[in-house]
Amino acid sequence: MTSYESLRHFADSYALIATVALFLLLCLWPFRPGAGKRNEEAANSIFEGNDDGE
Amino acid sequence: MQAETALGRTMLWFVLFLVSIVVVATAADGGFAAHAVIVALVCFVLMWMSASRYDPASKLNSFFKMPDTPSKYDDDPIRWGVLATMFWGIAGLAAGLFIALQLAFPQLNFEPYFNFGRVRPLHTSAVIFAFGGNALIATSFYVVQRTCRAQLAFPGLARFVFWGYQLFIVLAATGYLLGVTQSREYAEPEWYVDLWLTIVWVAYFIVFVGTIVRRREPHIYVANWFYLAFIVTVAMLHIVNNLAMPVSLLGAKSYSAFAGVQDALTQWWYGHNAVGFFLTAGFLAMMYYFVPKQAERPVYSYRLSIIHFWSLIFLYIWAGPHHLHYTALPDWAQTLGMVFSIMLWMPSWGGMINGLMTLNGAWDKIRTDPIIRMMVMALAFYGMSTFEGPMLSIKSVNSLSHYTDWTIGHVHSGALGWNGMITFACVYFLVPRLWGRERMYSLRMINWHFWLATLGIVFYAATMWVAGIQQGLMWREYGPDGYLVWSFADSVAAMFPMYVLRAFGGLLYLSGAFVMTYNIWMTLAGKLRDEAPMRDAAYDAEKDRPIVDTPTSAVPAE
Repeated sequence: MTSYESLRHFADSYALIATVALFLLLCLWPFRPGAGKRNEEAANSIFEGNDDGE
Repeated sequence: MQAETALGRTMLWFVLFLVSIVVVATAADGGFAAHAVIVALVCFVLMWMSASRYDPASKLNSFFKMPDTPSKYDDDPIRWGVLATMFWGIAGLAAGLFIALQLAFPQLNFEPYFNFGRVRPLHTSAVIFAFGGNALIATSFYVVQRTCRAQLAFPGLARFVFWGYQLFIVLAATGYLLGVTQSREYAEPEWYVDLWLTIVWVAYFIVFVGTIVRRREPHIYVANWFYLAFIVTVAMLHIVNNLAMPVSLLGAKSYSAFAGVQDALTQWWYGHNAVGFFLTAGFLAMMYYFVPKQAERPVYSYRLSIIHFWSLIFLYIWAGPHHLHYTALPDWAQTLGMVFSIMLWMPSWGGMINGLMTLNGAWDKIRTDPIIRMMVMALAFYGMSTFEGPMLSIKSVNSLSHYTDWTIGHVHSGALGWNGMITFACVYFLVPRLWGRERMYSLRMINWHFWLATLGIVFYAATMWVAGIQQGLMWREYGPDGYLVWSFADSVAAMFPMYVLRAFGGLLYLSGAFVMTYNIWMTLAGKLRDEAPMRDAAYDAEKDRPIVDTPTSAVPAE
C-alpha cells in the first residue's frame, strides 16, 4: 500500500473513532456528577468585583 | 543608564531607517519600494521619539503609556483599539459604499488605483481585519484581564501587538491600491507583510496566554476559550495558506507553494475558517462576556456554551470545500464540506439560543436598553446567516446560488448583522467604562444607530436575494432551441436597480456608524445629552384619581 492509502485507511478508522470519542468526552465533561455547581460559579464569575473601567 | 538606553534605541531605529532607505533604492518593483518608504517613515518617527526621550524631563514612556501600578488594569491599548476600530470601521464601510456604487455606475472606476479590483480587497480587509481585528484585540485584552482578575502580561509586547497590527493594516491597504497582491481571497497581502503579521500574531498569543497564566481566578471563563481558539487557529490558517516562495528578496511578487486544486482547497480551507474562527469564534467570545454583562445576568447555560465551543472547533474546520462545489475538487471532498456545513447548523443555533435565552426573565430590556437591542439583533442575524450558510452549501442549492450576489448578501447579513452589530454593542458598552464616563453621550442616538443599521441590512440582504436568484435563473435558462436565453451582459444590466438599492442600504449602515462616531466623540468630550430617558412608563397625573360617583343630572324632556 502507498503511504496515501495507509494514511487514509488510518484516518477512516482509528483516527475517526478517536476523534469522535474525544469530541463526546469533551462535550459530556461539563455533565459529570458535581459539575453543576462549578458551572454555575463559572457563569457568575464575571460579576465578581468592581471591574468597570480602571 | 537611561540615557544609554535611549541612545541605543535611537541608534537601532537609525540603522533600521538606513536599511529601509537602501531597500527603497534597490527594490525590484514600485510596490515594494513604496512599502519600504512606509517602514522608513515608521523607523524615523520611532528614532525621533527615542531621541526626544533623551530629555530627562519628558516621561520615558509617555507616548506608549506603560502601566505604572499593578493594581490597575492596563487599559490604554484597549482605548487605542476602540478608537482604531471606529476609524477603520468608517474607512472600510465607506470603501464598501464606494465599490457598491462602482457596480451600479462603472464610471466610478478611476484607473488604475481606484478600480473595483483594487478597492474591493481594500474594503474586505478593512472591515474584517482592520475593523473586526481591532475590535477583537481590544475586547480580548479587556475580557482576559477582567475574567482573570490580572493585569495584562508583557505590557511592552501588548503595545507592539497594537501598533504592529496597525502597520500591517497600512501595508496591506496601500499594497492593494498599488497593485501588490497575491490574489488569495481575504489573504491578499504579499509574503513580507504576511511574515510581519506572523510576528505580530505570535506576540498577541504570548500576551494573551501570559495573562491567562497569571490569572487569579481558578476557572478560565468560556469567553477566553473562544478568544484562544481564534488566536491559535488564525495563526495556523495564516501560516499554511500563505506558504509561498518570493521571486526576489527585494520584490513584492511571490508564488504559492501549492498548485491547481490543492491551492484552491488550501485557499478555501483558510477562507472558510477565517469566517469560522475570526468572524465567528472571536465574536462569540465577545457575546459570551458582554451580553451577560449588559443583561446583568449569567449566560443561560454554561454547559451549552462548552458544547457550543467544542462542536464549533470540531466541525468548522471541515466545511471549507463547500466553496468549491462543481469544480475540479474530488466529489467526496465537496460532499464532505457540504455535510459538515449542515452539521454546523446545530452548534450555531445552540450558541444563538444560549445568547438570546440569557435575556430570559429580562426581555423588557430589549425595549428599554438600546445596547441589549443591538446585541439581540446581532444574535438574530447570527442565527439567520448560520441557517442560510448551511442551506447554500447544499450542492443543489449551490448550483443556483454559486457565483451570484446571493453569496454577497449572505456574507453581509453575517458581517453587517452579526459582526457589526455585536461590535457596535461592545464598543457602546466599553466607551463609558474605559473613559470613566457615567454613560454614553446619548442613548437615543444608539437607538438611531440601531434602526439605521437594521434598515441598511434589510435593504442590503433583500436586494441581494432578489439579485442572486435572478442571476442564477438567468444564467441557467435554456430556450427550446437548446441555446442559453440570456447573455452574461443581459444579467449584468438586469442588476442595476438592485445594485442601486444595495448601495442605499450601505449608505444607511454607514450613516449609523457616523451617528456612533459623533456619540463617542461627545462622550469622550465629557458631555451628556439632555434627553428623555428610554425606559419611562407612561404616567398621567390627571388620570391618577379614584372614581367618584357623580349624581346624574336630569335630562330635560323634549
